[in-house]
Amino acid sequence: MKFVTKVILIAGLSYIAEQFFPWWSVVICAFLVNVLLPTKGFNAFISGFLGVGLLWLVFAWMIDSNTGSILTEKIAQLFELNQSGLVVAATGLVGGITGGFAALTGNVLRTINRKEPVKPGYYK
Amino acid sequence: MKIFGFVISLIITLALTIALSVKIGSVPPLGYFLDPFHGFWQNAESEEPYIDPTLAASVLQPVEVVYDSLLIPHIFAENEYDLYWAQGYVQASHRLWQMEFVTHVAAGRVSEIVGERALEFDRAQRRKGLTFAAENSWKQVQKNDTARQMLEAYSDGINAYIENLTYQDYPVEYKLLNYQPEPWHPLKSSLLLKYMADYLAGGDEDVENTNGLKLFGKESMDRYFPVFLPGREPVIPTEYDWPFEATPIDTPRVTYRDNTLYTETIEEPNPDNGSNNWAVSGSRTQSGNPLLANDPHLGLDLPSIWYLVQLKAPGVNVFGATLPGSPGVVIGFNDSIAWGVTNARRDVKDWYKITFTNDTKDEYEFGSRRLKTQQRIESIKIRGADTFYDTVIYTHYGPVVYDQSFPKESSTTVPLNYAMKWVAHDPSEEVITFYELNRARNYEDYVEALGHYRSPAQNFAFASTSGDIAMWVQGAFPVKWRGQGRYLMDGGRPEQEWKVLIPYDHNAHILNPERGFVSSANQVPVDTTYPYYIYDHSYEHFRNRRINNQLSRTRQATPRQMMELQNDVYNQMAADILPMMLDSLDLSVLSPEGRDMYDILRRWNYQNTIGQAAPAAFRAWWRALRTEIWDEFTAEEITLDLPTNAATIYIMQQFPNDTIFDSKQTSSQETLNDLIQESFQKAQTKIQDWEEEQGQTIHWGDYKSTSIQHMLQLEPFSVKNLPVGGGRSIVSANSERHGASWKMIVELSEAVQAWGVYPGGQSGNPGSYFYTNMVDAWAKGEYFPIKFYQYPEDNPTTVMARQTIQPSSAD
Repeated sequence: MKFVTKVILIAGLSYIAEQFFPWWSVVICAFLVNVLLPTKGFNAFISGFLGVGLLWLVFAWMIDSNTGSILTEKIAQLFELNQSGLVVAATGLVGGITGGFAALTGNVLRTINRKEPVKPGYYK
Repeated sequence: MKIFGFVISLIITLALTIALSVKIGSVPPLGYFLDPFHGFWQNAESEEPYIDPTLAASVLQPVEVVYDSLLIPHIFAENEYDLYWAQGYVQASHRLWQMEFVTHVAAGRVSEIVGERALEFDRAQRRKGLTFAAENSWKQVQKNDTARQMLEAYSDGINAYIENLTYQDYPVEYKLLNYQPEPWHPLKSSLLLKYMADYLAGGDEDVENTNGLKLFGKESMDRYFPVFLPGREPVIPTEYDWPFEATPIDTPRVTYRDNTLYTETIEEPNPDNGSNNWAVSGSRTQSGNPLLANDPHLGLDLPSIWYLVQLKAPGVNVFGATLPGSPGVVIGFNDSIAWGVTNARRDVKDWYKITFTNDTKDEYEFGSRRLKTQQRIESIKIRGADTFYDTVIYTHYGPVVYDQSFPKESSTTVPLNYAMKWVAHDPSEEVITFYELNRARNYEDYVEALGHYRSPAQNFAFASTSGDIAMWVQGAFPVKWRGQGRYLMDGGRPEQEWKVLIPYDHNAHILNPERGFVSSANQVPVDTTYPYYIYDHSYEHFRNRRINNQLSRTRQATPRQMMELQNDVYNQMAADILPMMLDSLDLSVLSPEGRDMYDILRRWNYQNTIGQAAPAAFRAWWRALRTEIWDEFTAEEITLDLPTNAATIYIMQQFPNDTIFDSKQTSSQETLNDLIQESFQKAQTKIQDWEEEQGQTIHWGDYKSTSIQHMLQLEPFSVKNLPVGGGRSIVSANSERHGASWKMIVELSEAVQAWGVYPGGQSGNPGSYFYTNMVDAWAKGEYFPIKFYQYPEDNPTTVMARQTIQPSSAD
């Protein structure tokens, strides 16, 4: 549950942050959420990966859909990808990987000071 | 251990974030670029564009902007400041990147954006003196309050738009190249017009002619490069009686002593830049109202060169094509008149050899005097490298373009120490011409408006609702003695310099001619009876004759017939020479495929339609033949022009036994027939190779392959291989990368009606449905009816969106 909360928090905070700040604000959001709510290492990475990755993927996909891929296709060709879907995927991936590492960093920072890792299933 | 893990994780995170925030090679910062909230995703538009219905800005009174279904803005303002402010704002909202990029190109500032690889290009642009010319023009225009205010209002509007932008709003090209828009300045509008002057009147062949003179002699130059050809149809008909005495001029004795053979010159504009226009008097139209047509031929580029707009304010209600970057309508119509332009070719750029008196080049000889030079230091900023400082010497003639440091490539031979004298360098105020034409009510207003026009010289066609039609070949044309400027000249001899211009009312013009129509297609403007010396290295000889031929057969002209004529794909040049070429072939030595090609050409109807093979076969054959005939001109490294197609045909028909047909490269003696035969075989091979490579039978559409290219040459932002017919020297002048950039037909009925189309769209955004939405119609030869509103409330079913610009509260 904590995991899902983190993902939602990261996605939500990133969304709000991006209304005011450039793209790297997602790094700060993923980092902060994990400092405040640490979990196991791999778990943390995935929380950031999914939090930012899904946020970017969903919004990119929505834009792609609303615009009939008009620009996505051209950008795909520009980067020598054959399908516009790959651009959507790349967007999700770039956001996800960056978010993942930011999350991991926050998590490790927090758990340096703790004696034991949080048990999975801590929150019921 | 954990601290170590933290440090690693932190380093990776930071490294990733930084790597995704900077440009790496040609890849934009991917973090910024792919971010759905700020990156390229924000440039994608849905089919229904979103237009802010109200906007608060620094206008003086409310402005209404009505967008029709083609995203053409119809601007209704209460005063002139607001009108041009709004034109600036709206144009910037659709074409900002184009406006800035084109003016950077003109100013030689491309290195600022793309880095060192553009340095030599920028140096050439600087040395041509385009910014120098723009500065002179802006100084001149500022003396006219109305014009200055117009340019300042326009600039304010553009800047108001730019000020509101953040990264997420930038056009996608800024995001790709990773830079930002800079503030606009009225000087840039002058730069844009000088860019067009360079584009249309920046060509000259003086170096090539001089090389030709040295290699072949004066007699050959006169014979193979004639200005007046038999069968010519000048813009102003031959029978016209010139009602004035020409300004007298003495012809000095000149010997061209320069013995150098030059191998290179700076890049020339496309020689195909040209256009068609015509106006038909009410006496020859079905409705009794005059008809006017214009289709300027320019490079097929994206974003489109032209942008359509309607401007209405007290005293003006005009619709037409504008050039993003300059205010006012350049080609269009209002309630009373319509006008259009074609390039009026004339040699207005000449070169003078400067004899410096010392190595520091601060003085040069001029007759018995010594004149001082000026130095202009061009600072060329380079992205990712140090600023480059280029010192250019200016003489009273103009800039010394080539010197020891330019061009950089030392293996070429260029005209060192020659200064360029070009009419476009002088102070000018063309923007006032457009201002006045936009408001003109009649012929007198049109004449008055043209008085402010210098460069690039244009054939201005005119028609009015009161029934007049006219043509005026207007520009700054130096009074020259016979032959002056055709070759490089001696800057130390004052008698070789041109000093005065042909007085404005001596420029060739005609009002309501007997034949009932006026037309121009870049042909020779006048016949030999005109009392001034006319010279250009290349005048059109085919499109004009076809247009006149069609117009003289039309007694009850309709707008539809005007459209058909603009779409005409008849190959006049083929009609002129192909029968003779076919008759000269020895069929007995042809292969079966050769016989097939011969049959196809024999049966051809001279229409360059996309489905036919004959246009391709003819072109391949003609090109091979022309190259073989003039092989002496291509044999060496030396920069030389080939005689034009028209001149070649003239020599073939009038002098079939001329020695030029004997190839100097072979020991045997060739005749014209031999060359015709050989080139036929070459063409046949070329066609067969093409068919093998493409895996299909040859046809004109794919062989010509007309495409419209984005200015950065990015393929995904371009349109390739359009199914459109025509070709060079054909009325529908669409070639590979060149064609009718705007097509307009106007009927001067009491309520003026018009139709138009261009190969692109109003939006410069590749992510918009209005980027290339008119291309298909253009390729098919279709036209859109132009909406010309009197009031913002007119014709509501044709309106797609409305926007009100409100004055914001004073600060």
